[in-house]
Amino acid sequence: MDFAFYTEVIVRLLGAVPTTLELAFVSVAIGAVMAVGLAMMRQSRIAALDMFARGFIFVFRGTPLLVQIFLIFYGLSQFPAIRQSWAWQYLREPYFCAILALALNTAAYTAEILRGGLQSVPFGQVEAARACGMSGFTLYRRIILPIAIRQALPSYGTEVILMVRSTALASIITLMELTGVAQKINSETFRAIEVFICAGAIYLAINFLLSRVIMALEYWLTPHLRAPKIAAAPATNGVAA
Amino acid sequence: MNAFDLLGFGEKGWGPLLLKGTAMTLAVTISAFVFGAMFGAIVARGKLSNSFLARAAGDVYTTVLRGVPDLLVIYLFYFGGSQLLSTIYQLATGDKGFIGINAFLTGAMAVGIVSGAYQAEVFRGAYLAIPRGELEAARSVGMSGWTMFRRIVAPQVLRFAIPGLGNVWQLALKESALISVTGLTELLRQSQVASGSTRQPFVFYTAAAALYLLLTSLSTWLFNRAEATAMRGVRRA
Repeated sequence: MDFAFYTEVIVRLLGAVPTTLELAFVSVAIGAVMAVGLAMMRQSRIAALDMFARGFIFVFRGTPLLVQIFLIFYGLSQFPAIRQSWAWQYLREPYFCAILALALNTAAYTAEILRGGLQSVPFGQVEAARACGMSGFTLYRRIILPIAIRQALPSYGTEVILMVRSTALASIITLMELTGVAQKINSETFRAIEVFICAGAIYLAINFLLSRVIMALEYWLTPHLRAPKIAAAPATNGVAA
Repeated sequence: MNAFDLLGFGEKGWGPLLLKGTAMTLAVTISAFVFGAMFGAIVARGKLSNSFLARAAGDVYTTVLRGVPDLLVIYLFYFGGSQLLSTIYQLATGDKGFIGINAFLTGAMAVGIVSGAYQAEVFRGAYLAIPRGELEAARSVGMSGWTMFRRIVAPQVLRFAIPGLGNVWQLALKESALISVTGLTELLRQSQVASGSTRQPFVFYTAAAALYLLLTSLSTWLFNRAEATAMRGVRRA
């Protein structure tokens, strides 16, 4: 075992972790906002909005993410009109294109997860809320969203973990995140097995931590599903419970 | 030249090559899916086993392969595989050769091993969906392990697994695009080559996206048909 080599590789790989996390969290955040919009379009009874959201979701879930990244990063540069527009300063940046593609991709998946959550809200609850005089935003904030979010959280957790995995694709358009750095070390040292296993272990650690956070969130959001606490024994230190 | 000539089947059209790439994508995905079914069945058996060690090994397999990027697994197989073979070759023959390995095989293996992690969960869920009474009944009429598997377990696992396998197949189809990094000329690699030599990336990546969309839509339809056929004898609530 060549510990000096492993230490060096792991230190260099850890240096790329912030980029990976940044890619994942920024795109997940933007994707979540877009997903709310898409899910609301799907729920709205306006045919044009519904069709648009359906089409968007169909295309982004039915094609590989790498094709979407290439289409945005390489494809758009084909048009002189885009190269001369204000948008070009962003669209020529691999970082921006990677975030855009990841966000659009996760928006499509998340919209369907959200829609599933919204559909799981029992109609009686909405009816009862309306009968109490709640409407619009209050109804969403107090009744619909809490139920829908609880329902959607496990699938959403899986989607966030999938997004951390997907950030690896950004390395193909030259971005130096975790996989990009691993590939660079591999091409310098030709020790593929060691380098990629180290990188895999780091991804695994990130996703393990993330899954714990999501589990904690689930626990926190579902107090009504926990077993009731048995009344505590009288306090022994003289302080009232 | 307009986009239709570029994508068409004429003298300068890339149509035939793109179709060849699509066929390669299908071939590599089918191979990966079959590898995945084998790994998945073994891992599912481990996860359902009474032995603590087998269960732990199955859990490690599915956790690791669902937590690590698929691209990394492809790199590991492609570069790691040739590193391993080259080392063995150098030790055996003493000279400094380098062995490259087949992109199709490594790609199919890598995507297959990842797919196996997902298929294991599908098979496990399908096995648990078999009513316990049927297994008990099979034992009580004296069926041995293999007979019971062939007559009772396998037909029902396959039936209950179809919807889940459909999802896993779609995942494998989209993951197969990553194999393009090893240089295998499947659909995405072919479109890359075409956009490089014509300088029309938008046209070719849009074409690739449309062809992938066609593949995923066709497979959705096929899996729905298969599900309808497999469930025709099942009474629904």
